[in-house]
Amino acid sequence: MESDLKPQDQKDLDKFIKFFALKTVQVIVQARLGEKICTRSSSSPTGSDWFNLAIKDIPEVTHEAKKALAGQLPGIGRSMCVEISLKTSEGDSMELETWCLEMNEKCDKEIKVSYAVYNRLSVLLKSLLAITRVTPAYKLSRKQGHDYVILYRIYFGEVQLSGLGEGFQTVRVGVVGTPIGTITLSCAYRTNLAFMSNRQFERSAPIMGIIVDHFVDPPCSSQRPANMGHPCNYRAPDEEDGGQFAGVQDSQEVCATSFSTSPPSQVSVRSLLYASRLSYQPTALTGAAEFCHPASNPNQVITPFTPSAVNYVLCPDGDDDGLSQSGERRKEEGRRSVSPSDPVESLNAFTRKVGAFVNKPSTQITAASLDLPFAAFAPRGLDSEENDPMVHPPDSPPCPSPLQGSLHSQGSEGSGQQDDFVMVDFRPAFSKDDLLPMDLGTFYREFQNPPQLASLSLHISSQSMADDLDSLPEKLRVYEKNIDEFDAFVDMLQ
Amino acid sequence: MNCRSEVLEVTVEARQVEEAMLALLHTILLHRSTGKFHYKKEGTYSIGTVGTQDIDCDFIDFTFVRVSSEELDRMIRKAVSEFKDALSNSGSDGMGQISLEFYQKKKSRWPFSDECIPWEVWSIKVNVVNLANEQERQICREKVGEKLGEKVINVVEVINRHEYLPKMPTQSEVDNVFDTTLKDVQPYLYKITYQITDSLGTSVSTTMRRD
Repeated sequence: MESDLKPQDQKDLDKFIKFFALKTVQVIVQARLGEKICTRSSSSPTGSDWFNLAIKDIPEVTHEAKKALAGQLPGIGRSMCVEISLKTSEGDSMELETWCLEMNEKCDKEIKVSYAVYNRLSVLLKSLLAITRVTPAYKLSRKQGHDYVILYRIYFGEVQLSGLGEGFQTVRVGVVGTPIGTITLSCAYRTNLAFMSNRQFERSAPIMGIIVDHFVDPPCSSQRPANMGHPCNYRAPDEEDGGQFAGVQDSQEVCATSFSTSPPSQVSVRSLLYASRLSYQPTALTGAAEFCHPASNPNQVITPFTPSAVNYVLCPDGDDDGLSQSGERRKEEGRRSVSPSDPVESLNAFTRKVGAFVNKPSTQITAASLDLPFAAFAPRGLDSEENDPMVHPPDSPPCPSPLQGSLHSQGSEGSGQQDDFVMVDFRPAFSKDDLLPMDLGTFYREFQNPPQLASLSLHISSQSMADDLDSLPEKLRVYEKNIDEFDAFVDMLQ
Repeated sequence: MNCRSEVLEVTVEARQVEEAMLALLHTILLHRSTGKFHYKKEGTYSIGTVGTQDIDCDFIDFTFVRVSSEELDRMIRKAVSEFKDALSNSGSDGMGQISLEFYQKKKSRWPFSDECIPWEVWSIKVNVVNLANEQERQICREKVGEKLGEKVINVVEVINRHEYLPKMPTQSEVDNVFDTTLKDVQPYLYKITYQITDSLGTSVSTTMRRD
């Protein structure tokens, strides 16, 4: 098969596949960093943007991808996979999705390598950009931080999907036919997000990773620190990262491809290849503190990593306030506010009281357990209409009088049912939490469950009623004794 | 040559119309835009770089990727805004359709004007619903986000069939295939049109929006 190709075409094809694999890994990993990605268009070809797309290269990710490939290329029977998993602060972990770059034996001998294959690979990368924002792990990765982080692992060889649980779904990103086989890119993602607690993480030693914080400020923002360089010129020879990564050198080929328009059936390609040195220190164990510009971001947390660790933590800094501009932050908070199907809720057991406006599965909440007035009308899952009190009102009103209301709440005081709930931080939109000691969310939560009025407590009510009953005969005696006075008073009024 | 036609259908709340349309139109245009062509001697050309940008929707639980081009975004927003206004002002049951058509120009001799030959048309049918309370809106946020995700997968599936695309043009022909008026990217020639359907099912207005 391969002998039918001209040597130059074969060489170009190998190069395209190699850099396509590296860019695929970059797109997937960057989409799981937890922040929005922004790169600039450039009307002039820079000569360094493969597939004419501005995709930054995170050096550590490139290094890991190359390490996994170990000089080989994805081919028939040799797939490159990127596995995305979630790890909680308690140490439990769960695979979320696996992206597979594979090749099958179906060949397209007619296709022009350096024109059609290159352009189709470019389209496939665009599709990957779009699809990585659509799978369930994207939303989880945008919410990572205090409670959990997202990890990635790159491996080469046979695809392993057993960790995705039952009923995983597959989405095909696309295919590109080449003279030596058809490249396929797909994603298998977990649908069952019920967390398996105490699951042993089998694959590797204890996870120690660096927290990659390359996108604290969006590259397009004018607030980016000056020393971060231009987002699309990350491979310019003059701006190499040599100062940080002195040591083992790696050469990276840069492709500036020009195409011919003269006659379309005889497309020829002239590729300009030159090497720029990208120096990198793979085992910067003690020097890990220098890995990622600590001075540029005081919020960044760096932990040392071992080369043998196969999982790397992707997480912006833990301090949420440092992440992005306030406008975007509010949007994220608005999005992060209560989600009825948020799988993260099942990962932690926070003991908090449930407010009226928190959506929970209807099986966990009953009207009697909510110490709220009109608790039967508190919002529940609307999926089941038969449980909807607006459709089928309860037989007896929950609180027709203060006394009855206190009887209700008496039964729910100190209820242990609320201890099983998991609550995501309630962050109301349009509230500022950086000026006042108590923000709107805290106010809201506290006043969802106000303390009970003393006069409404059963103990005092019953006591006063008992007193009333005891004093009744005495009062009746007095009234009967003075009945003449009362009659005279009534006559006066008439 | 037959024109490829794809139809997508979404049901959204009124305030979600704009973002849903932007998400789908930008997803399509991301795949149908290249970097700027720079023609050189000897009949060769090089291609500029396309940047991308994540956009979070405000009213839908969804993030989409678009080409980093303010000019292109402005043009799409203008068309979508016209569609949204027409939809809300029509007094219909809230049904409409916006179409993104990619075409090639074919030069004709005088006195005939150039012919526009479509080669791919994407039609997005929109049903607008009214919701009663905030809880339903919250659920709608998520459901519409999921639906848009499915539509993005549909778009990607169609595009990756790698069916007909116009041949890469020579320098003299490039304006017949691509929109070269933008300074940073180069989408295929496109036009956006829309129709609003009244309660009888007939279209009450059609507006041509030329790029």
